[in-house]
Amino acid sequence: MSKGIAITGMGIISAIGNNVAENYDALINERKGITRVDNVETIQRDEIMVGEVKFTNSELIAQLDLPPDNNYSRTAMLGAIAAKEAIASAGITDIKKFKTGIVSGTSVGGMDMTEKCYYEYLTEKKFQKYIESHHAGDSTQKIAEQLEIEESLVTTISTACSSAANAIMLGARLIKSGKLDRVLVGGADCLSKFTINGFKTLMILSDTFNTPFDENRKGLNLGEAAAFLVLESDEIVKAENRKVLAYVKGYGNANDAFHQTASSDNGDGATLAMEKALKVAELKPSEIDYINAHGTATGNNDLSEGRAILRIFGEELPEFSSTKAYTGHTLAAAGAIEAVYSVLALQNNVIFPNLNFKTPMKEFSIIPQTELKKKELKTVLSNSFGFGGNCSAVIFSKEA
Amino acid sequence: MKKVYINSIASISPQKTFDNTIFLDEITDYNDTVIFAQDPDYKQYIPPAAARRMAKGIKMGVVASKIAMEEAGIETVDAIITGTGMGCMIDSEKFVSAIIDNNEQYLTPTSFIQSTHNTVAGQIALGMECKAYNFTYVHSAISFESALLDAKMQLESDEAEHVLVGGVEELGEHTTKVHRLINHIKPEAVAISKVLNSKTEGAVFSEGTNFFVVSNERKESCYAELVAVETFNTLQKEKVSETIETFLKENNLKAAEIDVVVFGNNGDVDFDSFYNQLSEGILSKTQQVFYKHLVGENNTVSAFGVWLASKILKTQTIPEIVKINKINPSDIKTVLCYNQYRGQNHSLVLLKKC
Repeated sequence: MSKGIAITGMGIISAIGNNVAENYDALINERKGITRVDNVETIQRDEIMVGEVKFTNSELIAQLDLPPDNNYSRTAMLGAIAAKEAIASAGITDIKKFKTGIVSGTSVGGMDMTEKCYYEYLTEKKFQKYIESHHAGDSTQKIAEQLEIEESLVTTISTACSSAANAIMLGARLIKSGKLDRVLVGGADCLSKFTINGFKTLMILSDTFNTPFDENRKGLNLGEAAAFLVLESDEIVKAENRKVLAYVKGYGNANDAFHQTASSDNGDGATLAMEKALKVAELKPSEIDYINAHGTATGNNDLSEGRAILRIFGEELPEFSSTKAYTGHTLAAAGAIEAVYSVLALQNNVIFPNLNFKTPMKEFSIIPQTELKKKELKTVLSNSFGFGGNCSAVIFSKEA
Repeated sequence: MKKVYINSIASISPQKTFDNTIFLDEITDYNDTVIFAQDPDYKQYIPPAAARRMAKGIKMGVVASKIAMEEAGIETVDAIITGTGMGCMIDSEKFVSAIIDNNEQYLTPTSFIQSTHNTVAGQIALGMECKAYNFTYVHSAISFESALLDAKMQLESDEAEHVLVGGVEELGEHTTKVHRLINHIKPEAVAISKVLNSKTEGAVFSEGTNFFVVSNERKESCYAELVAVETFNTLQKEKVSETIETFLKENNLKAAEIDVVVFGNNGDVDFDSFYNQLSEGILSKTQQVFYKHLVGENNTVSAFGVWLASKILKTQTIPEIVKINKINPSDIKTVLCYNQYRGQNHSLVLLKKC
């Protein structure tokens, strides 16, 4: 039960870089990717900051060499770019050699095109090709098409901002149960007017750089990104002589069952998720070396998560930080983005700083790691929470 | 590895299926291109004030989950797993159109909050005060099967004892309108008796929900044993027969041993051939049944296929209205469900009498 599932490749595109190397470079050089939004036309432009991938859709189409009549949503394109990097980095040349599937998380799906063409669909034939790319599963079908994964298990999870963490969890289960030999897990979400305005109405968007775990935090910055990890069975690792980057050691999912959009004050769901993950990993809280927190910088999340972390770790609290100040909150992709960062932390024995932090929260005395820190890391715990009470925790480890 | 049982079922569909004591005894005849789910008495299950805030999909999901829980005779579960291909269309449409119509001003959060795909699973958890595992799959026509597979893996490994699994889909006005434009909806009204041979493209669109309690312990109320679930993102038409035979072989079965096959025919002249090649081929001597003429097409309607298979296995009867051919097996032990949508996202679900 406690044996980890091997991670043999990863890929990412986010506001702080177009691949794993660029993301790592930005992380260790404390370069955040938070700006005004350029690729979404919105009247909220001057009131919000976002973590945006600066390529336009045409540039992404060119990068992927898609035909002019393609109907890829931005989510699908970001996903395909990250997925391709993940496959290449694992050294996979023949995707069909092993039974390979995909589990992806998304919340926006093809909403970016739907909101652009909503009424135009009724009259303009040239836009109608995007009607079929609205549904969330379409982005994953497109990623499968790009990777030539056929006749296989390809599915999509949408549990709001915990989607990609749950995709990693399902992927690990699929390998453990022998359903698949190899699975690409992760998530993709693009910026859209839908989410910008949605979070705006909830009044949880900051008008400046987000400040996780700070007393004076003003809310989150939305972000867009995609990231994927390759999980492979021990048999493949052995047969192909793979370099294992890290292992998925434990995972836990629970529901807060408190409110559709808010977390409970004491972080019941988050606590349960971390407990379960530790149990699956057969680790004690004191054996966790770093926590990559969900830390969205909303009043509600950071308080609830902080309390949950205290409930689990108490006096034995390891360093923790949120990387949302770099990337913004990338919604369904966040769990995958932060999985890549957790693996990078393990590989390089480094803890990424929680940028923009100034004032400790008055409710408790815990303070995030605010400077880059070298530390021998064996295990990292990554949290992801979402609307609908969805709470997830995943533990990554250096050793199986 | 533990065995997995379907211990209860619940269905809200364009037919009167929410009452588990009857089995398609009385059929509502439709002659349309879009058909809606028949409402149960929601206030029996949800306080009217709460129900008013819920879009139809949420209401249907919450009520069907309660019916399924009641029949299984349990208060809580170890996991709630739902599937929805299109998600909460009504609230999504409300929010998108409000953004566009009011140029991003004067917006309220309610429809945004309820638009996320996991709203139904979240509401069920809230209502049940269930802090357990909670997942929502959103992969077109295999959304429900993904949920079923997840549940099955957890039950087999004994990580969970009881799992609530369901699929839910609601119709959104604008979404229906645009799907007409790309001919995914039939061009003209078709009576339920004519769906199978309509010879036109597209399907009769619909909505509905089906929930099941699946457990690794066989309860008195048991409908069927869930033997296998498999999904395929793509599958060439020429490879369907071979794929089914391999799937059956992995479960120590041959095509001839299938007593009933539940097909996902929706009368779309471009895609029904996926099933017809089987009716004329490896499953020609098998009792074939279908259901989309009764309940229409939507992304999780294949859960109705599993509902139908479960009912057939438990009652050992096959309503005339669902029969494609007349083999009339006397002892129904094994049922196979096969579904695909527009040539993609194929699923196979194998059930046995319990």
